[in-house]
Amino acid sequence: MAQTLSQVPGSLARQLKRVELRKRAFAISLTLPLLLFLVITFLVPIGSLLVRSVENPEVANTLGRTAQVLSDWNRSTAPPDAAYVALVEDLSAIKEQSDAGALARRLNSEVSGARSLIMATYRALPLDQGMTPLQTRERLLALDARWAELSYWQAIAKNGSRWTPDYLLASVDLQRDVQGNIGKVDAESAAFGKILVRTFKISAVVTLFCLLLGYPLAYWLSTLSARKANMLMILVLVPFWTSILVRVAAWIVLLQSNGLVNRSLMGLGLIDDPLPLLFNRLGVIIAMVHILLPFMILPLYSVMKSVPNTYLRAAISLGSSPLAAFFRVYVPQTWPGVGAGGLLVFILSIGYYVTPALLGGADDQMLSYYIAQYTNVNVNWGMACALGAVLLTATLVLYALYRRVVKSELSLG
Amino acid sequence: MKLKPIVAAVAVVASFSSFAETQLTVVNFGGANGNAQKKAYFEPYEKSSGNKVVGVEYNGEQAKIKAMVEAKKVSWDVVEVESPDVTRGCDEGLFEKLDYSKIGNKADFAPAAIHECGIGTFVWSTVMAYNADKLKTAPTTWADFWDIKKFPGKRAMRKGARYNVEFALMADGVAVQDVYKVLMTKEGAERAFKKLTELKPNIQWWEAGAQPPQFLVAGDVVMTTAYNGRIDAAQREGKNLQITWTGGIYDLDFWVIPKGTPNKDAALKYIALASSADAQAEYAKNISYGPTNTKALAKLDAKVLGKLPTSAANAKTALQFNVTFWADQGEALEKRFAAWAAQ
Repeated sequence: MAQTLSQVPGSLARQLKRVELRKRAFAISLTLPLLLFLVITFLVPIGSLLVRSVENPEVANTLGRTAQVLSDWNRSTAPPDAAYVALVEDLSAIKEQSDAGALARRLNSEVSGARSLIMATYRALPLDQGMTPLQTRERLLALDARWAELSYWQAIAKNGSRWTPDYLLASVDLQRDVQGNIGKVDAESAAFGKILVRTFKISAVVTLFCLLLGYPLAYWLSTLSARKANMLMILVLVPFWTSILVRVAAWIVLLQSNGLVNRSLMGLGLIDDPLPLLFNRLGVIIAMVHILLPFMILPLYSVMKSVPNTYLRAAISLGSSPLAAFFRVYVPQTWPGVGAGGLLVFILSIGYYVTPALLGGADDQMLSYYIAQYTNVNVNWGMACALGAVLLTATLVLYALYRRVVKSELSLG
Repeated sequence: MKLKPIVAAVAVVASFSSFAETQLTVVNFGGANGNAQKKAYFEPYEKSSGNKVVGVEYNGEQAKIKAMVEAKKVSWDVVEVESPDVTRGCDEGLFEKLDYSKIGNKADFAPAAIHECGIGTFVWSTVMAYNADKLKTAPTTWADFWDIKKFPGKRAMRKGARYNVEFALMADGVAVQDVYKVLMTKEGAERAFKKLTELKPNIQWWEAGAQPPQFLVAGDVVMTTAYNGRIDAAQREGKNLQITWTGGIYDLDFWVIPKGTPNKDAALKYIALASSADAQAEYAKNISYGPTNTKALAKLDAKVLGKLPTSAANAKTALQFNVTFWADQGEALEKRFAAWAAQ
């Protein structure tokens, strides 16, 4: 019965479709582990990073009543006595000291000094029962006179909500003022705009030098016989497999004022005093170019290997000069390799941290250095995540631009 | 039913491991300091308790402790932390409160060493250092450090605002006892950064504590700020590096116990041993950091004492690092430093 049914053309098509579907489901189920892996190790952390950069639970969790009282406050005259009462109630109700600590940290990143103020007040609580609001206010002021200053109250009022744009704003040198209007931060503490520009500048220079050094080398490798090319490729790959720290240390030995490079130059009589090659921008760029060069050479080489040299010969036999033929016929065919290598080197160098930290000066540090500082030293993870989000966005924007310019998918050869 | 042997095996292994010696993970900053701790604290503790000590090096990243405590998977038992981190970590509930009755008599310790979440273990100092083979006259004040006519050449300073703003104010003529009073004001911070700007073209920045003595030995710089223990270690290797103690900034490092460690009792016993007069005296003999247990001083000879930041001569003009000031102002000042460096 079933056999006869399946001979009907319409049902055959349906059956074929079903088989096709089953096959596709099988194929998808094969990629499922990888998909899950990507979601868990890549998308979830990035998502939580983005969430953390706008999350602002500290004040809302602990000072709910105070924030409510302050919501009607005009933020420019002394806060009402009821706010003092609410603050004392809120702070006394905090059970875990860690919550008070988190609150102190959050407010301190807004107003320097809030940390000691909050913690000292928290430790002195609870106050005596049955005080009038005025008495509570006076008691609090006697505890720490800083409670008379508006800035601390403004910080509490401003951070009453669970979400904040402050970290993201701060990471591009903007801030919300007391009334919530967005404006620029003072020039003396505007750092991240310059640091972001510096990060991209260093990465661009490193990419350019990698291309200038890598292109001829990759071309030469692609013209050699497979055996010779493999031998030489190992020379490219051995440093690639060496730890970054080892290579950084090696550059310190080479570049320091008493190092090999300076001594040879002085021995040759080319210079009288050692050149400053280390702990400045130059040292950072030299080491980064060296470390990232293989990421340029490998995609270039694989693309160049696939370009048939008959085109070049044809162009020359048709009357082109060898140089013109190289630039007009050969080079355009290697654009995918240049694009892939350039993008790879650029994106890797944007995130560089150890090399500039060890070989650079105070004004050669890239954005990652400050992300690490906020994570480890200041333990202000909201700020660290916001800086990370800015770096991520900038990278994505650049990648989109690259796609528009090149108008093709990223290919690795 | 097949599971039974496996369950049994797991139970046997688990019971064995609970009988086995406790393994105590002690985290410090490594280097010469780590070696001195190994000799003075780890080895005697292993001998007396039968527990094994696993030493782990870190760079003071509090993020690791925070992550462990938040995830409730604490694998570090005792950690050496710098003074700002004791208060901050204590406020945020990262550390266990210490039971001093299990450690020793509070009165035996320098008052600055006593904290509810940690106990000071040694006093160290950030000082001015120079290579006596290269400099004919010794620099004696921070004003000398800034004087590029009298002492031409580069100077090395730690990358960051901490210590440098204090040194700048002292170079600008602020008395030691007034440094933090001045720095607290807006004008004071302004003044410090202005003074740093004067020296900016002549500064080579260091990142790790091992770098300043290297710079001095290699001749990259004529003077540097440095941790006194690192200079001491270089002296022990026969290098003629010298310290100018005037206006040095001294501070304490503390032992803390991350909250929720399964080995809290063993950790307390370790801290008790490491806080005893004998062990601290032995430590000070290996690296010139000052004991916090005042009874340890009596066990040291004049030569060792003369190199400690705590000795009367060296401490006379020294500044105590103000933890509260840096806990409040640190983040803002470091950000300002980043902006200043970019100018």
